[in-house]
Amino acid sequence: MDGNTNAIQTVDVRRHYRMGENVIKAVDGVSVTIKQGEFAALLGTSGSGKSTLMNLIAGLDRPSSGAILVHGRDLAQMSSEELAKYRRHTVGMVFQSFNLVPTMNLAENVELPMRFAEVDRSERDARVQDALKRVRLSARLTHRPSELSGGEQQRAALARALVNKPQLLLADEPTGNLDSRTGEEIMNLIQELNTTLGTTIVMVTHERSLAERYANRLIFLGDGKMLDAGEPATTLTAGGVQ
Amino acid sequence: MKTYDLVELAGRNLREAVLRNSLTTLGIAVGVASLVAMLSLGVGLQQVFGKKLGRSGLFDTVIVASKQDFRNDEDRRTRPNMQSGDIKTLDDNARHAFEKLPGVAEVYPEIRLPAELRFAADGKTERPHFATIAALPASANASEAFEDYQGTFFSGPKVDEAIVMAEFARELLEMPENTKQAENKNLSPEDAKRLIGKELTLRYAERTASADSKNTGSNEDPGGAGFRFSVVRREKKLKIIGVVGAEPYGGVRAVSRGRVFIPTELAEGLNLIQPSDLRTMMRAPASAGKTYITLVVRANKPTQVKAIQDTIKGMGFSTYSMQDASKTLTRVFTFLDMFLGIFGSLALAVASLGIMNTLVMAILERRREIGIMKALGASDIDVKKLFFVEAGAMGVLGGVLGTALGWIIGRVINFGTNVYLQRQDIPTENFWYVPWWLVVGAMTFSVLVSLGSGLYPASRAAKLDPVQALRHD
Ligand SMILES: Nc1ncnc2c1ncn2[C@@H]1O[C@H](COP(=O)(O)OP(=O)(O)OP(=O)(O)O)[C@@H](O)[C@H]1O
Ligand SMILES: [Mg+2]
Repeated sequence: MDGNTNAIQTVDVRRHYRMGENVIKAVDGVSVTIKQGEFAALLGTSGSGKSTLMNLIAGLDRPSSGAILVHGRDLAQMSSEELAKYRRHTVGMVFQSFNLVPTMNLAENVELPMRFAEVDRSERDARVQDALKRVRLSARLTHRPSELSGGEQQRAALARALVNKPQLLLADEPTGNLDSRTGEEIMNLIQELNTTLGTTIVMVTHERSLAERYANRLIFLGDGKMLDAGEPATTLTAGGVQ
Repeated sequence: MKTYDLVELAGRNLREAVLRNSLTTLGIAVGVASLVAMLSLGVGLQQVFGKKLGRSGLFDTVIVASKQDFRNDEDRRTRPNMQSGDIKTLDDNARHAFEKLPGVAEVYPEIRLPAELRFAADGKTERPHFATIAALPASANASEAFEDYQGTFFSGPKVDEAIVMAEFARELLEMPENTKQAENKNLSPEDAKRLIGKELTLRYAERTASADSKNTGSNEDPGGAGFRFSVVRREKKLKIIGVVGAEPYGGVRAVSRGRVFIPTELAEGLNLIQPSDLRTMMRAPASAGKTYITLVVRANKPTQVKAIQDTIKGMGFSTYSMQDASKTLTRVFTFLDMFLGIFGSLALAVASLGIMNTLVMAILERRREIGIMKALGASDIDVKKLFFVEAGAMGVLGGVLGTALGWIIGRVINFGTNVYLQRQDIPTENFWYVPWWLVVGAMTFSVLVSLGSGLYPASRAAKLDPVQALRHD
């Protein structure tokens, strides 16, 4: 992995919501660079714009202004069709509320992104098995999400996020709904992806301690603006921001 | 997304809400069924009348008359003061001219006259009967003039053979009259056997030209010097070859009201005196040969009738064909079909609202799922297609089900109508007909209506903002 290549570079990104008279500046001029293979943690208080920024990087939302360069290509300039293609081939997403399809069993849930990516049918089974093995859920293929614990559901969601071999894993509070022990399990799996596959990781979290333990880069947001974005070592001294 | 993935996902979604989707599909089926039932009855009715009229032979014939005898409104308007000198006589010259016109299959006069017929029923003594004789051209069989027929048709154009109507046959066999109208009008096969092959003696008056000019003392018409004819009574033995239950030509033509039929060429050769002969002969110039009151010109194809009619009209004769009447009839049936179609479509329109409702409900329910799919890389078009396939699948299923249902409903209505008709002693008919184009059309229509109803929900689903949809609340 070439550590000097930029995976993500945002240039003065803004996302404003117009609510009648007032304008809500969810993201307000964020310029940040995340290198390929980096494990970045997005920290900030509730409502500071973390999820909004994540959705922008994921190509689910469009910025009001600014540029978001992923591997050199500006998401703001892409058509919605190109954005969908970008999401299915480059990005894997994990959410706080897991977001598995309740009417599909685990194997079907994990297969779903491969349908959109038009992966050959003959390949799918093996890849589903592979991904579920990676998150140690091989035995639960035919179970529906409702039959699984929270930690298991999040592991399944992780398997689904990595089945298309994304270069970018975006996780919005992946441990938010889990107890600390289960949360650690998930974090270990994410770290494993980062180290073994070299997947670039951007993770939103409330827990600074978790971020400091796993991430090699902490980015602080406050009121839609970037407060600090140094190495874990330097941000430790930047205290006061939580 | 690949087609099989689309179909699979759509199938899953349809199965996930089986009850609701089944009810929606049933709604479409009922709509299609009402459309099919209505139109099949419309088409059936049209067929019943079409068959009757087609059998009449009127659609491929032009009836020609001399303007002396028959002037229609148009003639009166265009030439109000027509002199008798302008009038073309309908004689053998004209007949030959018609025969040479392109598209003409044959030209023959309509011959119909009362006559005495003698017949001896099984071993009984010969008795006289009186009946109207009509001449039928050899082509009558080809144009399916006969319905409910027993026996063989004329073996040639000039043979001494006769076909009798069933009612007259009963009279000949000295059987009681048939009063039950709804029943088959024809004889039983056993009774027919008693008649077919038997001899019937026709007693008729023959017209012969007479050279004798000094037998009367009256003042002769100076212009008609030497013009006389005499009448000779003759007999002709005919073999009965067939019995027919229904009037030929569906009872529409003048000849069809005869009770005994003989070949046209035979009738012409006999020089039968017809009631109208006297009138024509008195009027015709002495030099003239045989003249006709009317001639029937039969075309090879109904499409040629118009051209033939126009040509003959141009030659100075009065013509009549069913072309105009048929146009009116077609218009009436088009209107009927439209009317029935609109009623049938109304149910389908209601069904389409059902589809729309179901899919819009599905969007609300599957909001989050749509958001997930988009986050996983589904494009707007993928989402749109998915909803479209779901709507289309309901349309296909509803179409197939509805066509079958409509077919059954049509049958039941037809059956019920016929039971009623039978009770009223009216012959039954097949009012119900489902042509293949109706089956294909109804299914296509069903799918199109379903896709049309899916248009709005699909584009709404595609436009759904994934960020909003995934917002955890
Ligand atoms: N669709 C929207 N319309 C109006 N305001 C919005 C919309 N989406 C987000 N916001 C506002 O933007 C701000 C940032 O929201 P965001 O969800 O990014 O916060 P967050 O940092 O993820 O918070 P949390 O930690 O609670 O998840 C909030 O004030 C929110 O109310
Ligand atoms: Mg958030």
